[in-house]
Amino acid sequence: MRKTWLAYPYTLWMLLFTVIPMGLLIYFSFTTNSGTNTALTWTHFQRFFEPIYLKVLLRSITLAAISTVICLLIGYPAAMILNGSSLKYKNTMITLLVLPMWMNFLLRTYAWLTLLERKGIINSLLVAIGLNRLDLLYNEFAVILGMVYNFIPFMILPIYSVLNKIDRSLIEAAEDLGANPVITFIKVIFPLSLPGVLSGITMVFMPAVTTFVISRLLGGGQITLIGDLIEQQFLLVGDWNFGSAISLVMIVIILITMGFTSKYEREQTGGGLW
Amino acid sequence: MKRLLAIVLVLVTILIGCSPKNQTVLNVYNWGDYIDEKVISDFEKKYNIKVNYETFTTNEDMYIKLKAGGSHYDVIIPSDYMIKRMIDEDLLAKLDFENIPNYKYIADQFKNLDFDPDNEYSVPYMWGTVGILYNTKMIQEKIDSWTALWDQKYSKQILMLDSQRDSIGITLKMLGYSLNSKDTNELEQAKKALIEQKPLVLAYVVDEGKDKMIAGEAALAVVWSGDAINCIRENPDLTYVIPKEGSNLWFDSMVIPKNARNKKEAELFINFMCETDIAYRNADYIGYASPHTEAVKKLPKEIANDHRAYPPMEELTNCEVFVDLGSVIKEFDRIWTEIKAQ
Amino acid sequence: MVTRILKRCYIALLFIFLYAPIIVLAIFSFNSSRSRGTWDGFTLKWYYEMFQDRQIMAALYYSLIIGVTSALVATIIGTMAAFGIHNMKPFSKTTVMNITYLPVLNPDIVTGISFMLLFIFLKIRLGFLTLLLSHITFNIPYVILSVLPKIKQLDKSMYEAALDLGATPFYAFRKVILPEIMPGVITGLLLAFTLSFDDFVISFFNTGSGVSNLSILIYSMARRGINPKINALSTFMFISVLTLLIVVNILMSKQQKTKEEKI
Repeated sequence: MRKTWLAYPYTLWMLLFTVIPMGLLIYFSFTTNSGTNTALTWTHFQRFFEPIYLKVLLRSITLAAISTVICLLIGYPAAMILNGSSLKYKNTMITLLVLPMWMNFLLRTYAWLTLLERKGIINSLLVAIGLNRLDLLYNEFAVILGMVYNFIPFMILPIYSVLNKIDRSLIEAAEDLGANPVITFIKVIFPLSLPGVLSGITMVFMPAVTTFVISRLLGGGQITLIGDLIEQQFLLVGDWNFGSAISLVMIVIILITMGFTSKYEREQTGGGLW
Repeated sequence: MKRLLAIVLVLVTILIGCSPKNQTVLNVYNWGDYIDEKVISDFEKKYNIKVNYETFTTNEDMYIKLKAGGSHYDVIIPSDYMIKRMIDEDLLAKLDFENIPNYKYIADQFKNLDFDPDNEYSVPYMWGTVGILYNTKMIQEKIDSWTALWDQKYSKQILMLDSQRDSIGITLKMLGYSLNSKDTNELEQAKKALIEQKPLVLAYVVDEGKDKMIAGEAALAVVWSGDAINCIRENPDLTYVIPKEGSNLWFDSMVIPKNARNKKEAELFINFMCETDIAYRNADYIGYASPHTEAVKKLPKEIANDHRAYPPMEELTNCEVFVDLGSVIKEFDRIWTEIKAQ
Repeated sequence: MVTRILKRCYIALLFIFLYAPIIVLAIFSFNSSRSRGTWDGFTLKWYYEMFQDRQIMAALYYSLIIGVTSALVATIIGTMAAFGIHNMKPFSKTTVMNITYLPVLNPDIVTGISFMLLFIFLKIRLGFLTLLLSHITFNIPYVILSVLPKIKQLDKSMYEAALDLGATPFYAFRKVILPEIMPGVITGLLLAFTLSFDDFVISFFNTGSGVSNLSILIYSMARRGINPKINALSTFMFISVLTLLIVVNILMSKQQKTKEEKI
């Protein structure tokens, strides 16, 4: 199938819409606009490596990583169970999974406020049973909850679609050869589902790191994340140079991480590169 | 599958192509939910002009779009400090007040404001103050100072605004300085005060603070006067006060950008918004304070005489309007990030 | 037996988690008070006002049109691209994949502003077209990420067998390959629509001429407080789609029944 030409319209489009804007980003992050002079400079990057900003970066990556792992732990079993259910309900279930995402992001996050508040719905239920009120809001718990809530369908969908087509006979063969379900999973199912898992991780971790609404509303503005910082630079402060520099650092970090994961995938599946 | 695709493509092409091109089109850019809907259709019917109504989230978002120049807006309704910046950067057109006779209804105290001293570029739309909204059932004493927000006994009962200028501004006021201060020393003091306060703050909120106060989730909050009035309406235990150190006086005014394509129609629109009945309907729907003298007369007595919504000038002596900070905004941002990242 | 019940409970809990906020939204759409903080009584007035609100209806219209169109176009381009990428040599493959990741990696604000600057540079007036183009662009990578794993799973020999048996490449594609990758394509389509429908930042900076979508409308209300008309709209949309799903399901199971009866 020598069909590489199929990718050409796409590559052209991307060149225009992605590469050029990236070029702008790189241009902004390396220059300063003092009056009419645009000088090449490292100052924005130097500024970013001050402890206060690094603290924000570390916090963002940690929270995003925790959320991604939780999404994976909850999402993988869900994808497996959905995969095993009877045929006629499968597509409905998948659509039902995605349906909440069609309600506006801001609205859903506001609704979580009503659920998690001190006098909110969850706490009212707890009090009714006779338990103590919990501090569910304006802390890292709430932010992680928000992230998991918003991104879990992005984890479940790719894993589900890959699991769907795993050859049954491979699983049966493993069972015939005496493997119990756990070993079958570790040695056969999971490795085969890896492309889906990696897609899922990509689609969850990236937006989780750069999100800003969730930390603002559910974190009560107490927890500043990289996304807040970038948004502030571009919109409030008008310092596009610093904002671009931060974005560039983010992208480089993530690309390096992706490089490691794709290497891992290569080793697992052998043959076929990314 | 192929057929469906074809139908969709045809529909889309038709829809994109279809647009009646004989009417004048006026592009209005305003805050969300900041006008009585029917006012727009009334304007369209009266003058046979189509209105493209778009909304923006913050002054800064609007500024970026305007500056970038991709869209041409005819009427914009930004806030005070942003108007000053736009005037300084020569982004606004001077208004021809011959076309806006209804301007006479705007109260004199709202003409020639700090950000537009010769009143050449703007016509006020809504105004208000910033103050403390507090729950009288949860707080036994009378609150009259910003220092209440730093009081240990209200720990985790305080809601601050998640806005650099507002929060740093009121801190500066509390310390006795101007909320437009560019003095590094004063800003450092403000920063220290806010970092001290952080453990006492329940959350830094935007608009969700209102619902929280109504629900009794917190005892004190920094809010805008218009929102305060709406909250009090929902929960009579609440009351609003402008602290004695002074506060922020804010205005949202109507302006016309320089690159507007339909200046005459834009002035027509501004004039229409200043008609007594229209201004009244807007004030009634939005619930904020209107600068239109006749419109205020039409409002129910409890609102027009409520000094929390319509404070008399004596209460406003210590209040300042925000000015554009220029490059000092970067200092504000650095301070704010330090505070938030604790 | 126990595992079956456990599995059902797990999925049920997941769905409760996913739908809890939606239910809350729906309940408050009937709240007489404008505030989320108190319940003032049951009312239908927000629904009534919502249908009369011209801005909301226009925004809904644009959100739907842009969502559907951008999802469809992105799926077509993305699927083609996924095939092309799959067959590339390793070096070009990695390069193109990394370029694909960029819009996903970039914070929305960066993507939004850079698109806007690009359009202005190309002297394209901001409006429906620019909105559509930007949506298609950020959708395509997600389609590729959904379809590519399925293409990797493909059995090449099936396609070649079809060709050997005399099928034209296009026919073989339609009848052999497409059904195999369909789950990935559908996933990509759903994701693309969802992303497009819910997007705010990129839309805000790339639209004009009175074209506004629901997200812009809702986020613009952030300063004033979300009007319950929006809750009413969301609940209404949710119920519509749910009803559609149920109807489709019933129709499909009826189709199944008639098929089985015929046999």
